[in-house]
Amino acid sequence: MNTRYMNPYLAGFLLGLVLLATIFLTGRGLGASGAFKDVVVAALSAAAPAHAHQNPFFGPYLAPGQEPPLKAWLVFEVAGVVIGAFLSGVVSDRLKLVTEAGPQVGHRRRWLFAALGGALFVLGAQFARGCTSGAALSGMAVLSAAGFVTMLAIFGTGYACAWFARRLWLERKG
Amino acid sequence: MGPFVPDPITDQLNLVLALLLGMGFGYVLEQAGFSSTRRLAGVFYGYDFTVLRVFFTAAVTAMSGVLLLSWAGLLDIRLIFVNPLWLRPALAGGAIMGLGFILGGYCPGTGVCAAAIGKVDALFFLGGGLLGVLLFGELFPLYARFYTATALGPVTVFQALHLSPGLFAFLMIAAAVGAFAATTWIERRVAPERAPSLAFRKGPHLAAGAGLLALGALLVFLPDYRTRLARKVSAPAYVAAHPATVMTADELAFRILDQEPELRILDLRPPADYARTPLPGSVNLALADLFGREWAPALAQRRVKKVLVAGDEAEERTAFLLARELGFENFAVLQGGFPAFRSTILEPAAYVPQDNRWDADVRAFRADAQVRLQKMIADNKAPAVKAPKKEKAVQGGC
Repeated sequence: MNTRYMNPYLAGFLLGLVLLATIFLTGRGLGASGAFKDVVVAALSAAAPAHAHQNPFFGPYLAPGQEPPLKAWLVFEVAGVVIGAFLSGVVSDRLKLVTEAGPQVGHRRRWLFAALGGALFVLGAQFARGCTSGAALSGMAVLSAAGFVTMLAIFGTGYACAWFARRLWLERKG
Repeated sequence: MGPFVPDPITDQLNLVLALLLGMGFGYVLEQAGFSSTRRLAGVFYGYDFTVLRVFFTAAVTAMSGVLLLSWAGLLDIRLIFVNPLWLRPALAGGAIMGLGFILGGYCPGTGVCAAAIGKVDALFFLGGGLLGVLLFGELFPLYARFYTATALGPVTVFQALHLSPGLFAFLMIAAAVGAFAATTWIERRVAPERAPSLAFRKGPHLAAGAGLLALGALLVFLPDYRTRLARKVSAPAYVAAHPATVMTADELAFRILDQEPELRILDLRPPADYARTPLPGSVNLALADLFGREWAPALAQRRVKKVLVAGDEAEERTAFLLARELGFENFAVLQGGFPAFRSTILEPAAYVPQDNRWDADVRAFRADAQVRLQKMIADNKAPAVKAPKKEKAVQGGC
């Protein structure tokens, strides 16, 4: 079994071809954060329908004439991502229930920061109308200004904050 | 010509495609190592630049592919989804995402991949993500106005920078290759023993970098499909070598008055000129509309004679040759352009006898045609023929 990762340039080229095929066939790009929104809209409309309909952000997705939120393109695409990544894990023998963290970080702490990071990331993606996939990568592929602005903002902030978060990822010096 | 949504790819089939394309996306992300949070975080600390390598190679590949497909006439870039920009929300959202990235160690797509192969921390990231959307929606009234502030629409980066798409693509490729070289240098200094780039073989990587730069240089000189064809058919030598079918003003007037059903007048004059003198049964379109899918059904009717009318005959000939290049048949150009039609039929100067036996007939016909056509044009000013519906671009985004 091969557990090594693919050469990143080859992987990037293949990823670019998948994205290109998506644009060529369907006229749109790949995404991820949109599916989170669709899942939340569906869950909220099941749990508290009146509340969901009244909400100015979620309500429009539940308006009459709209497809049900779980029948969205991105929900199917992300379901595909789960299957594809799982198959890759099988092929490269990487299926394992583990927590991965920086050398100084225990499991509880890692889980807490992962959840916090996830919440911030997907919340931010609502403002930017997409995340690293839907806004930055797909946006750059069609040369949209939005793609470049979002990409620079994400990575710029990441680098700006990296020093403060170094304990999460690096070994303590000395 | 792509994209193929909504025709022939239906909404249902599109969802199946979404699943398959998503599988490809997830497979490649996982193979690249994006299911490992420490690899992802490495890009911010210099010990592992895998994210940058994969991300920029993918962006450059897809971008070059879009430009090449457009050049070859296989992809209509006017129809693909270009992410609209809300400038300040995009900057704020990007900043929040950057913070989320450095704290959480994943982005949504990679988090899904990591969870799929059993990373427990990724499950927490995904759960947090769902809470993040919920929080965003519940607090939405606080920033409802900010959310739609500074709306700039689907502006492209090359428009914003006043560059040609090809030149921008070249600069982007050059920046990517430069970043690949620089980050490899950094990575080997930060992590001299375990830098992933230590495994790279020098020859193939240098060759790939050079090839990428060559592709970028090629993109600078590639006009898109439309520009290329339009340039080809308007070159004087090409026009001279390819004669067009010509129709005289008299013949056109006769056919109009005869109410010939298999006649279509395509008027290429500027809309303001057209509005002053719209010929009966004519439609107004721009040269670029000949490329559009929305006009194709009208242009493809073979039995219908399509007469091109413009401000001068040269423009009509360009359109004639362009239509032929695009595979449409049975076109004709109006001899002398619209000015000839005006000076022969609509506002004729004193008739100059040709000294043949048809003089009297021609004169009588023109006198009659002038009156009737003037009336028909006046009636036509409230145009009865509606232009076909504009094709809508695909809606996408997260």
